[in-house]
Amino acid sequence: MTLESKIPSGPIAEKWQNHQENLKLVNPSNKRKYEIIIVGTGLAGASAAASLGELGYTVKVFCIQDSPRRAHSIAAQGGINSAKNYKNDGDSVYRLFYDTIKGGDYRSRESNVHRLAEVSTKIIDHSVALGVPFAREYGGLLDNRSFGGAQVSRTFYARGQTGQQLLLGAISAMNRQVNLGTVKVYPYHEMLDLVLIDEHAKGIVTRNLLTGEIESHAGHAVILATGGYGNVFFLSTNAKASNTTAIWRAHKRGAFFANPCFTQIHPTCIPVSGQNQSKLTLMSESLRNDGRVWTPKSKGDARTPSQIPEGERDYFLERKYPSYGNLVPRDVAARNIKEVCDDGRGVSSTGMAVYLDFTDAIKRLGKNVIEQRYGNLFEMYEQITNDNPYEVPMKIYPASHYTMGGIWVDYNLMTTIPGLFALGECNFSDHGANRLGASALMQGLADGYFIIPYTIGDYLAITGAGKLDTNHNKFKESEKEVSDQVKKLLSTNGNKTVDDIHKELGKVAWDHIGMSRNADGLKKAAALIQSIREDFYKNVKVVGEGNNLNECLEKAGRLADFIELAQLMAADALHRNESCGSHFRTEFQTEEHEAKRDDQNFAYVAAWEYSGINNPHKLHKEQLTFERAKVMQRSYK
Amino acid sequence: MINQLSSSSVGKKIIMSITGIFLCLFLVVHLSGNFLLFKNDGGAAFNHYSEFMSTNIFIRIGEIILFIGILAHIIDALVLTIKNKQARPIQYFMTDPSANTAFTSRFMAITGLTVLIFLVIHLRTFMVEHRFYEAKETMFDSVKTAFENPYYSSLYIVAMVLLGFHLHHGFQSSFQSLGINHNKYTPLIKKLSLLFSIIIPFGFATMPAYFYFKQFIK
Amino acid sequence: MKFKLMIWRQQDPKSKGKFVTYEITNISPDMSFLEMLDVLNEELTKNGEDTIAFSHDCREGICGSCGIYINGRAHGPSKATTTCQLYMRNFTDNETIVCEPWRAKGFPVIKDLVVDKSAFDRILRCGGYVSVNTGSAPDANLIPISKKTADEAFDAAACIGCGACVAACKNASAMLFVSAKVSHLALLPQGYPEKHERVMNMISAMDKEGFGNCTNTGACEAECPKQISLSHIARLNRNFISVVVTSKDK
Repeated sequence: MTLESKIPSGPIAEKWQNHQENLKLVNPSNKRKYEIIIVGTGLAGASAAASLGELGYTVKVFCIQDSPRRAHSIAAQGGINSAKNYKNDGDSVYRLFYDTIKGGDYRSRESNVHRLAEVSTKIIDHSVALGVPFAREYGGLLDNRSFGGAQVSRTFYARGQTGQQLLLGAISAMNRQVNLGTVKVYPYHEMLDLVLIDEHAKGIVTRNLLTGEIESHAGHAVILATGGYGNVFFLSTNAKASNTTAIWRAHKRGAFFANPCFTQIHPTCIPVSGQNQSKLTLMSESLRNDGRVWTPKSKGDARTPSQIPEGERDYFLERKYPSYGNLVPRDVAARNIKEVCDDGRGVSSTGMAVYLDFTDAIKRLGKNVIEQRYGNLFEMYEQITNDNPYEVPMKIYPASHYTMGGIWVDYNLMTTIPGLFALGECNFSDHGANRLGASALMQGLADGYFIIPYTIGDYLAITGAGKLDTNHNKFKESEKEVSDQVKKLLSTNGNKTVDDIHKELGKVAWDHIGMSRNADGLKKAAALIQSIREDFYKNVKVVGEGNNLNECLEKAGRLADFIELAQLMAADALHRNESCGSHFRTEFQTEEHEAKRDDQNFAYVAAWEYSGINNPHKLHKEQLTFERAKVMQRSYK
Repeated sequence: MINQLSSSSVGKKIIMSITGIFLCLFLVVHLSGNFLLFKNDGGAAFNHYSEFMSTNIFIRIGEIILFIGILAHIIDALVLTIKNKQARPIQYFMTDPSANTAFTSRFMAITGLTVLIFLVIHLRTFMVEHRFYEAKETMFDSVKTAFENPYYSSLYIVAMVLLGFHLHHGFQSSFQSLGINHNKYTPLIKKLSLLFSIIIPFGFATMPAYFYFKQFIK
Repeated sequence: MKFKLMIWRQQDPKSKGKFVTYEITNISPDMSFLEMLDVLNEELTKNGEDTIAFSHDCREGICGSCGIYINGRAHGPSKATTTCQLYMRNFTDNETIVCEPWRAKGFPVIKDLVVDKSAFDRILRCGGYVSVNTGSAPDANLIPISKKTADEAFDAAACIGCGACVAACKNASAMLFVSAKVSHLALLPQGYPEKHERVMNMISAMDKEGFGNCTNTGACEAECPKQISLSHIARLNRNFISVVVTSKDK
């Protein structure tokens, strides 16, 4: 099998326009005959469901939560980028495109990123039309703020709850379609297998989380929009239920997995405080607009922050990156924080934190302005830590946040399985080796509102609306496999809880496939994960029953997939003998400790093919070429 | 319109508040008339007033409207209360309502019911007696006799306290139900509500107290 | 810290539930309430018992999944807080903590502390949207909206759909939830054209789900983790009245 990225020909700025004109169309009156399955109801899934429903397709939407609105897009805080140039600061589609390519350290597909930048403006228009209450200036027009990795203000926001507002907007558009009868929602349904008939994706097998029933659902196409796999680290900023199961099972059915080792560690999260911590809370990147990151200059300085005089503080981001200062991209910020903490200059009782200080901003702008900008974030911080950030600096430390890697897709967002599409965070396409802040919301909505409605028609028009049958052998086989796995998990009856094993996995992943990696560590990790995997199947203890709500069972199934994914992450990180973006191999760094790319040998997307449970994955390469963006060493100095 | 109001939960609340405000207005009229009881003329002015109130054609029409209002308020309350009880078929084992609500707002059904019982007794003593039977005495004398009885006047005063509770929540709540909620005016309405819920019942309560204690002063 | 927990256990929607008492020790005051339940569930798992089911997901107070009636209060004793953002430092050592599911006809119990809040989705589907198709929107800055209006719309739109308003209301009324959506869209010019249909359809959907009536006690506002104001209920009432008064339907 060879990878065909299907990038249209022509100059980059015209590709998408030309492509849209060449895509085949489905007759409006025929659209209702096509059934489309969408898994996941975050920004990508909900917006796709809404716009496909509007077109007239028959859409079935699945989510594991009690309601589509709970999808984890809801928790995105900071904002959404768009090349509107409302600020008159020189922004343009090209600049957004270029910043994203550069931010991703030249490991993303140029044509996709350009298309993303092009449609970014429409997202804002549409969201406003849906009633999303973005922040406004006194004149009544939309306000913007700056985010990392950009020197223009192009981020639209709704206080610290931009993701919530955008998601509720998309969900409301979907709800309208539910009311009109084009979209049907299946909450509490977990996709546990993808069904292929004649090598085309024709449906999914789900488990009803309330009754335990294993059900088959057939469709003419299947769209995965199930988000990222950051929970592989156990502690992350993801929701507790965020998981890799849907994409991993699709991967095992033949969808290639691209760049699994590109995982974003977000620099500003509330540090770990205890053994039983269940998740980490992000503090929005927007805080770095006004907050200054620093540590004491000397090691093991136990003084309180106010006792440390200005001269004995090291504002290390401002010192090392004068032109971007505190607003360097996430990977750079995270790595520098880790570096000072590893150097023994971290603060707090664990030594695993640095300060994010608003004292200067409060002096300059007044408490009111800061409260208006970040009020809810400050409250949240105080609720969790019992510290008041208006008075004492916040303590922050990086945490797993987003995964750039994901299912490989072509320009049409179709995976290597015909009829299977992947949107949003669960695909790999737009962010390369590092995602810029406020770009995830942009990508999720771009894919769902403005790309899939065009590209899916092309596939459907060619394949036609054949008869769907959930009684087909393939469905029955898959149902049996799934229910056997459930039974196996329930009957193992070992002596370790799911969380015990997940914490072990998380520690291995964090230590060796986290912020910095090296060959020895990765080899060690591969061996450790293999033993965790064996341990899991022998010793996991799943309590409760299979026929009602059983979170323990759900978690066990998801952990099984996380373990296998972690193995692939280690293999991917080990094979990529370079540093780029979030993937920092200590063997490959510049003299100034910056990531050192090897464009000669690694300017490609690593797409991995599953080849059986005990066989190593097979590597396929999609060479990356850059015609518009000038490839150079990334610098934020 | 009536259909739209009576068929929806919000509509029922609007009926509740319109009838409520109407009844509040009645209380004001009723109280101001009754102040004639304090005129030191052996009840002549009061008797004249009550005679007027029971014979004037416009007042009689007003009376019918008043009874329709009371009836609507009661029936509506009954329907709402039943629906509200059904909305939580299984009660909480532990609740801490004082943490988030004023106690007058929680017992509207109970305070309302007490006021209703009081109303029945009140009408039986004064209105039914004079309207449907051959009056043996003047209205003033009826009032005097009734209020000189310690049980009757205590019942009266207790009922007025409960009426006060009912008004304290009811008065301002009817504005909210009618959609009147404003940063500037709502606090004012709430103060007015408190004032209203004290002055009106207090005014009514002075009457039994006055007659009861007056009998000992000679 | 240590606590005695009285937790409602109910196997499934049909079975009869009961309170079960658990003792838990070694709890750090910096742990969240749900982390405390995690610890208890780990113990139960090790003993081979079925774990306590409770809803949760984001654990940062925004998804609206969680919600336990703790010691007689929706989301427990802290103000403007979801259950997941409640920390054990808000309790005293050796305290008995009573945990119940939301109780309302509109929110039937699924298992233990998990209730079915799908009624909220059904209400929103009857009008909680602006009817605009993808791709047809004009430029976002075409219609200026005053900052004050946008902020007020945001205040209403901040609703996370957790159901604390219903849980706290003595009548299990969903008015704060419904009015938050009605008010959010009625305030914005984009939502204005449909505001009359929206308010009538959403109210009738709400009534169908079996929620109680609003008695203006203010419990919902006091317990709302996002501090949504009663003024939105008043706006819903106003919209309703204006439809009743002006509509041409008989």
